[in-house]
Amino acid sequence: MASDTAKPLIAVDRLTRHYRMGPQIVHALDDVSVTVNRGEFVAVMGPSGSGKSTFMNLLGCLDRPDSGHYRLDGQEVAGFSSDALAAVRNRSIGFVFQSFNLLPRQSALGNVMLPMVYAGVASARRVERALAALDAVGLRERAGHRPTQLSGGQQQRVAIARALVNDPLLLLADEPTGALDTATSLEIIGLFQRLNRRGITIVLVTHEPEVARFAGRVLHFRDGRLIDDLRQDAEVAA
Amino acid sequence: MTAWDALRAALESLRANMLRSALTMLGIVIGVAAVIAMVAVGAGARDQVLRQIASLGTNLIMVGQGSIVRSGVKLGAGTASSLTEDDALSVLAEIPSVVVTAPSVRWGLQIVAGNQNWGTVLFGITPDYMDARDWSIAAGRGLSDEDVAQANKVVVLGQTVVRNLFGGGDPIGEPVRLFSTPLTVVGVLAEKGQNTQGQDQDDVIFVPLSMAKRNIPGMAKSNPRFIHTMVVKMRDGSDMTEAQAQIRDLLRQRHRLIPGQDDDFWMRDLSEVSATRDASSRALSFLLAAVAAVSLLVGGIGIMNIMLVSVTERTREIGLRLAIGARRRDILVQFLIESTTLSLIGASIGVALGIGTAVGVAALAGWPTLIQLDSVVLAVAVSGLIGVFFGLYPARRAARLNPIEALRHE
Repeated sequence: MASDTAKPLIAVDRLTRHYRMGPQIVHALDDVSVTVNRGEFVAVMGPSGSGKSTFMNLLGCLDRPDSGHYRLDGQEVAGFSSDALAAVRNRSIGFVFQSFNLLPRQSALGNVMLPMVYAGVASARRVERALAALDAVGLRERAGHRPTQLSGGQQQRVAIARALVNDPLLLLADEPTGALDTATSLEIIGLFQRLNRRGITIVLVTHEPEVARFAGRVLHFRDGRLIDDLRQDAEVAA
Repeated sequence: MTAWDALRAALESLRANMLRSALTMLGIVIGVAAVIAMVAVGAGARDQVLRQIASLGTNLIMVGQGSIVRSGVKLGAGTASSLTEDDALSVLAEIPSVVVTAPSVRWGLQIVAGNQNWGTVLFGITPDYMDARDWSIAAGRGLSDEDVAQANKVVVLGQTVVRNLFGGGDPIGEPVRLFSTPLTVVGVLAEKGQNTQGQDQDDVIFVPLSMAKRNIPGMAKSNPRFIHTMVVKMRDGSDMTEAQAQIRDLLRQRHRLIPGQDDDFWMRDLSEVSATRDASSRALSFLLAAVAAVSLLVGGIGIMNIMLVSVTERTREIGLRLAIGARRRDILVQFLIESTTLSLIGASIGVALGIGTAVGVAALAGWPTLIQLDSVVLAVAVSGLIGVFFGLYPARRAARLNPIEALRHE
């Protein structure tokens, strides 16, 4: 893994994003430079309005910077077209949200298959791959259940399976435990750690220090700037 | 995203809001059903008229006495007495495509049988008239050449006249009276029903032309050879316009009309009647089509409305789809397919309903209906286009959503 970890997956250089709110210009992200290597588990922390969400949106190719560079896996994506960014999100990034964002009328299996619809995976292979992803989060036997028939923790695990199904390089989690109780949160964090040990890079936004301590590295944001980049010995959740 | 994926997603979403989808479709359902049913009724009516006209004979030309012009005052059709039996003979003899000419006189009068009487229309005819106008005999015999030659006092009655004078009795051989002239009933005409103008064609009596002129008061004119009308029957497939021109030339010559002088006769062929009928039913069809178009338009607006609601409701879903890799085009196509599916399902139900209505109308009201395949195809195609057209704005709105804001949408 030594050669792998040496290679930066995310290379952000002087990234800036500002919004115009009436007469004012808000610097949501101001001149941020950071590198994340393959296999890292990074927590992004900061109070609301600190720029951590903007940073995540840029990392997730949901938004484009006003200036600066963003190399994902060696590819400069800052200038990509909207369709090219969609393809990057589809193939290279998996998203996990605080509110799960599962389609309520689809089964767990249907939800997990959704990214493959946009990846052009042949329908015959979708079920097989989706079941494998559900297996990885321990929910294979719940494949036919709808989100309403699952607990919060199970729903988030379905969402994680959905994020994993296209074998992304990067898993982006935005407050993934925000809607869960402590025990369930721990389960989810443990799942993240297991996935991370298998090699996937994880960037997780949280405002809870109890969650951040399970990450190997913590980035602190304030007022649109990266103010602290701390490497730590991660606690093991499970 | 393949078209199949999009179609499946569309059907799922429509099924999830079953009642709402059904209500939204209603406009299209009614519009399509209206188009199909109305076109079927219109086509049925037109077909019936065309068949009636064909039964009258499309290769017939009616020629009648024109008006006398005295000091610029036109006295109305039939006032001239220039048309004669000799004209009829001459037309037959000199125009090769003419098969039959049937001269006739026509008079409204009372016919009396025993203590019953009935007001009807008398036709003084030759046997050719029966042939030219497609009359046949239901009982007894028709008029013969001998009847005409000898001015026999015989009469053939139409069904309506028989009903009114004899009730259910057999009239053959019975005496009847026209004014003071006693006649013998020798035959009864087969029933013809109403003509295209709704007149009862069976309310007639036929007598020999010669007898009518001799014995019916008021019939005597300065020219004993005069006739009111003649029916000219052309060989099948003749050019009717050409034939009319030939007849006109011949009659003008015979009546010694100088160029510039008005015809003293009128002429009409039945294709004119059919053209008029056709034009009026076309106008009706156009009106019905306009009503149906408005209904489809309203249906389309309903679809747009519900699609806008759907886009708003599913903002987070759209955000999620964008986040996991849907291109804007994928979202656009998904919503377009949804709106088109909605309108096409509506159209299919409309087709079934329209055909059902047409069949029902035929069975219950007894109107003839003809379901036109092209109206079905057109209605479905227009519905599909409406789905695309009215789905476009909501779909574009969905596709242009900002994924970050969409994901945050409550």
